[in-house]
Amino acid sequence: MSTREIDRIEGTGIPVRGDNIDTDRIIPARFLKAITFEGLGDHVFEDDRAGRSDHPFSNADYAGARILLVNENFGSGSSREHAPQALKRWGIDACVGQSFAEIFRGNALAIGLACVTAPHDVIGGLMTRVEAAPATRLALSLAGRVLEADGRRIAVTVEDQVRDALLAGTWDATGLLLDDFDVVRGVASRVPYVRGF
Amino acid sequence: MGRTLLKKVWDLHTVRPLSTGQTQLFIGLHLIHEVTTPQAFDMLRSRGIGVAFPDRTFATTDHIIPTRDQGRPFADPLAEAMLSALERNCGEFGIPFWNLDSDRQGIVHVIGPELGLTQPGMTIACGDSHTSTHGALGAVAFGIGTSQVRDVLASQSLAISPLKVRRISIDGELGAGVFAKDVVLEIIHRLGVMGGVGHAYEYGGAVIDRMSIDERLTVCNMSIEGGARVGYVNPDETTFDYLRGRPFAPAGSAFDRAVSWWRSMASDPGADYDDVVAIQGADIEPRVTWGINPGQSVGVSGRIPTAGSDGGVAEALEFMGLAGGDPIQGTKIDVAFVGSCTNSRLSDLREAARIAKGRRVARHVKALVVPGSQAVRTAAEAEGLDRVFSEAGFEWRGAGCSMCLAMNPDRLEGRQVCASSSNRNFKGRQGSPTGRTLLMSPAMVAAAALAGEVTDVRAALPESGP
Ligand code: SF4
Repeated sequence: MSTREIDRIEGTGIPVRGDNIDTDRIIPARFLKAITFEGLGDHVFEDDRAGRSDHPFSNADYAGARILLVNENFGSGSSREHAPQALKRWGIDACVGQSFAEIFRGNALAIGLACVTAPHDVIGGLMTRVEAAPATRLALSLAGRVLEADGRRIAVTVEDQVRDALLAGTWDATGLLLDDFDVVRGVASRVPYVRGF
Repeated sequence: MGRTLLKKVWDLHTVRPLSTGQTQLFIGLHLIHEVTTPQAFDMLRSRGIGVAFPDRTFATTDHIIPTRDQGRPFADPLAEAMLSALERNCGEFGIPFWNLDSDRQGIVHVIGPELGLTQPGMTIACGDSHTSTHGALGAVAFGIGTSQVRDVLASQSLAISPLKVRRISIDGELGAGVFAKDVVLEIIHRLGVMGGVGHAYEYGGAVIDRMSIDERLTVCNMSIEGGARVGYVNPDETTFDYLRGRPFAPAGSAFDRAVSWWRSMASDPGADYDDVVAIQGADIEPRVTWGINPGQSVGVSGRIPTAGSDGGVAEALEFMGLAGGDPIQGTKIDVAFVGSCTNSRLSDLREAARIAKGRRVARHVKALVVPGSQAVRTAAEAEGLDRVFSEAGFEWRGAGCSMCLAMNPDRLEGRQVCASSSNRNFKGRQGSPTGRTLLMSPAMVAAAALAGEVTDVRAALPESGP
């Protein structure tokens, strides 16, 4: 089974400022008309970037970043799994923000994209720091619930369920659901409409 | 304490509790379509996993197909690629697929019940939020994301968080010209678009008891617009009569055994509900949405609310170009759409045709009627409904999702206003980023098409018996 345990995520950061950034902005609807998630990374924030030449995702200084820094209610709106997929395929492995929309966070977890939170001022400070020095190294430890930046250790919040799933590699539900397939077969054989009336 | 249908179905289908606090539930029926599945199949392939129960998954195509000019390849290469992928995936994994050339093709939520695939006491999943529709027959039906489609294909099960049950009782009687669509718009208006979060909605009461399965499907369809995870109606004689003789329903003596099991799955009298809501049927008017979510509706004789300090209302009014305080009646429309998994079944088309018969669509209105399935289309043509619509100036199309969403050639242009029997009035939903949607019943859509503006269908009802 291709489950993978996720604890430490290290790399540079990319800040996208603004509250209520919805999934339509992360990946516009027209890119849902496709048979793969592949290539979605190229279109992340496409319409936002078209409207603004200095968008962080168009800025070469942030190329290769692994940790996305965001503000309030990130990922609101449509439930499309394409949104976390697009971020992940661009190269993002963790999001650190003030808060996340519930469905986005669930979809992100299902693909092993960690979302953790920190207070407004902390996020603001991190964003400013990364904007001033995009090469700043960040390291997120889920086990320790801590983000290291320039040797500073910043406490982050992550629910037990999410943290455990990432640490144990059970974020990919397929593995969990196939764990004991004989039990699934057992249920199938007792359900009257499967067994036959 | 008695148990609800939800609880009975949950207990029967439980594989095991998960460490995450969720429950692994066996899924009895999996329905798939072209939009949310290609990636799921690719994930299976890349992991070398097969489909666990290929005979419990069924496929059709509905979202991206044109409702006319269906010759292959489609003019839109992306649509062509999506349909080809589904054909390939179903072939490779041995999944039955009703394609455009099958008389069983149609909107996934229309064909499930129609074919008798959807049955009481089942768990059902489909990569589409309106899967709640299937609850009309007493099933527990979940709309899921693409990774979960993969999970169901791989394991025939899902990790689901526990749900509360809210009983919504619609008592008394509905007035003439008031339909199932108005009932569900009223419910969402009263309880809010987030009101059902974490809940299953159980619909009951005299009004629901008297409803046909078609009407119950309309109500359950929009459960999701009220924030509920699933919606259902307890199975009863109406349900059993509907299922008798359908292609996938049990036959002969097996049918009788099925009925006694189905009956046993209904909520017990005195079942334990987390919440109870009662609404008087007589209080419900034909309803119309004026805003940008399905909770923003008003009775047709009412007025559009004023914004006051509510930023949500202000944003909606600005987008819709409507003025708070104005009557909703008289709002001009450009397009009229009868269709979608909410209201595209035979009884919906009959109600719309009853209004349209012998009259003409207003000159400035483009009107289309899109049956939900090929079977609905054939049955409607056998009754001559296609001619009624054509003679009145409606376009008569092939089966599909059509103008419900922006993934096929049927779409709004610019700031057009559409009277629509569909389920979502979100900004841009019908294909133009600035297009505007007014949700209402099919009969109200037909009446609006004739008048060229929102009008009270009760004044347009032909003289007839009760
Ligand atoms: S008709 Fe509309 S809501 Fe229903 S399945 Fe199709 S696109 Fe979704």
